[in-house]
Amino acid sequence: MTRFSANRLTPYLFAAPAALVMLLALFYPIGYMIWGSFRAWDPSQSITETEFVGLANYARLLADPAFHESFWVTLVFAFSVVSVEMVLGVSLALLLDRKIRGMSLLRTLFILPMMIAPVVVGLVWRYMFHQSYGTINRMLEAVGLPKVDWLGQNPLLSVIIADVWQWTPFIFILSLAALQSLPRSALEAARIDGATTMQQIWHIKLPLMAPVLIVTLLLRLIDAFKVLEVILVLTGGGPGLQTEILALRIARTAREFRELGEAAAMSNMLLMLLMVLTLGMFAFTRWQEARARRLRFTKEEEG
Amino acid sequence: MSHPNHERQNFGFYILIAMLIFMSIGPVGILLINSLKLDVNITSGAGGLLFMPTIRNYETALCDLLWYKPDHLRFCRIRFGGAFINSLIIALISTALTLIMGTMAAYALVRFRFMGRDSMSLSTLAVRMIPPAVLLVPVFGLWNNTFCIGRTTLLGEFIRDTFGGRGDICLAGTHSGIILIYVAMNLPFVIWILQSFIVQVPYSLEEAARVDGAGPFQTFFMVVLPLIKPGLAAAAIFTFRIAWNEYLLASALADRTTMTVPILIVNNASEFDGLGTIFATGMLLAVPPILFTLFASRQIITGMTAGAVKG
Repeated sequence: MTRFSANRLTPYLFAAPAALVMLLALFYPIGYMIWGSFRAWDPSQSITETEFVGLANYARLLADPAFHESFWVTLVFAFSVVSVEMVLGVSLALLLDRKIRGMSLLRTLFILPMMIAPVVVGLVWRYMFHQSYGTINRMLEAVGLPKVDWLGQNPLLSVIIADVWQWTPFIFILSLAALQSLPRSALEAARIDGATTMQQIWHIKLPLMAPVLIVTLLLRLIDAFKVLEVILVLTGGGPGLQTEILALRIARTAREFRELGEAAAMSNMLLMLLMVLTLGMFAFTRWQEARARRLRFTKEEEG
Repeated sequence: MSHPNHERQNFGFYILIAMLIFMSIGPVGILLINSLKLDVNITSGAGGLLFMPTIRNYETALCDLLWYKPDHLRFCRIRFGGAFINSLIIALISTALTLIMGTMAAYALVRFRFMGRDSMSLSTLAVRMIPPAVLLVPVFGLWNNTFCIGRTTLLGEFIRDTFGGRGDICLAGTHSGIILIYVAMNLPFVIWILQSFIVQVPYSLEEAARVDGAGPFQTFFMVVLPLIKPGLAAAAIFTFRIAWNEYLLASALADRTTMTVPILIVNNASEFDGLGTIFATGMLLAVPPILFTLFASRQIITGMTAGAVKG
């Protein structure tokens, strides 16, 4: 009898520590944030002393031009980095998918940018973008081109370049893995039928890679909405609001403007946006798995 | 492609590869080189690669750990050593805790059917992508006001008598406070990635262990854990990387004594003098991730691809 109940308890014993920590420090805070987004909340108050204001925080945000600009900057940033990185990463993978010596060393070097702290990435790029002594301007000067005021005149472009540098390898490595696990038979058949390299890429490789590419794209898109430190160090959100993405605006609303209720409302909006993307990704993989199962099933029926 | 057995590629291909390598490690090289230069040489650009390397910046950064007093310093301003130790404590402990709890939970989700299993696996999935910025406001509020031990309670009085201080004892400003949020933040990812590794462990092995009289915990530690070492390594590196590099939540929770390195870099990055010192600090912060990359790139790639393939 005791042995039986011990067995019954086993899964709970295994799951309990993680479940407790996540309930306490993840789900409770999220609920707290949603609750706080309906209240006028000042950092010096504890939340029980605050006043319920209904949707006032959300209404204020929707009418706030600074929030609009920040939302727009976030979308522009996220979609441009993801599209540039996808194009670059996938084409590099297609180019480098060959039997060459030292490929693993190459991949190792490519991971490096992703592993380094975003704060440090921001630091280095701020130096490289510096108007007078920055590496990039010095290179431009050396080949006779005019200097560019990167962080002053083209802040969003600079931020995008830094992010593309850091995260293109992510796409590259995932697409390379996808390429190398493609069925050899399909490629072989195409080659025997005389398909050109471009035809092979467009009609065979890319369609077969599509499931992994879509998941990669969604993963990267979700991550692009989380970027904060690189931009914080590089431009601090400025000049003006030109690079103030939502994550940065939340931090500033909470710290500088001391409007916790409004910051909570903004966090809630960002969270919902990301939740939609995550669930979309989840639905896509489920659909993909179901389709694969169905295909296998029909194949077995026929064979 | 016409000679599939040949590895020889044309010249342009090698130029492309050389350019890619240059682009991916160039900025890291700049970080290293500038950390070894004097401030005047960084801004003037004199010499380029030809310069006399100096460890002066590192001496300035680590002045609170050095056993001697560097000649060029009158006063130890950037206390990098203390921050480095804080970062190390926080990253190591939170990685260890996340791994232990995460593996156990992943094991439960894969191997057992129990009430609440589906809701647990769904909710972990939903919060996997939660950005630190979203947690900033509630964590700041809760850690400062709710997660406290009242100063009038027995334990609160004891802590106050031992460590000093006024008011309630709260999680904010302590190492444990930062560790707690890092563990919670990383758990969903670790649980999800380890599930794909645990699924691959043949169930017959576990059954054999059970027949030999091992309990569920023994089976878990002696049979399952050794078999998922690659997954554990990948999960450990990803967790450590986030805990080691994170700035925003740490900056909201840390006080002067628990400050981590990223906070110190952001606080000092805007100052004009000490460019070399801040590069040295950045280099020191980058060393552990660089080492991981060089020695465990295979595990990192495994972890990354497992993540995308499983979705």
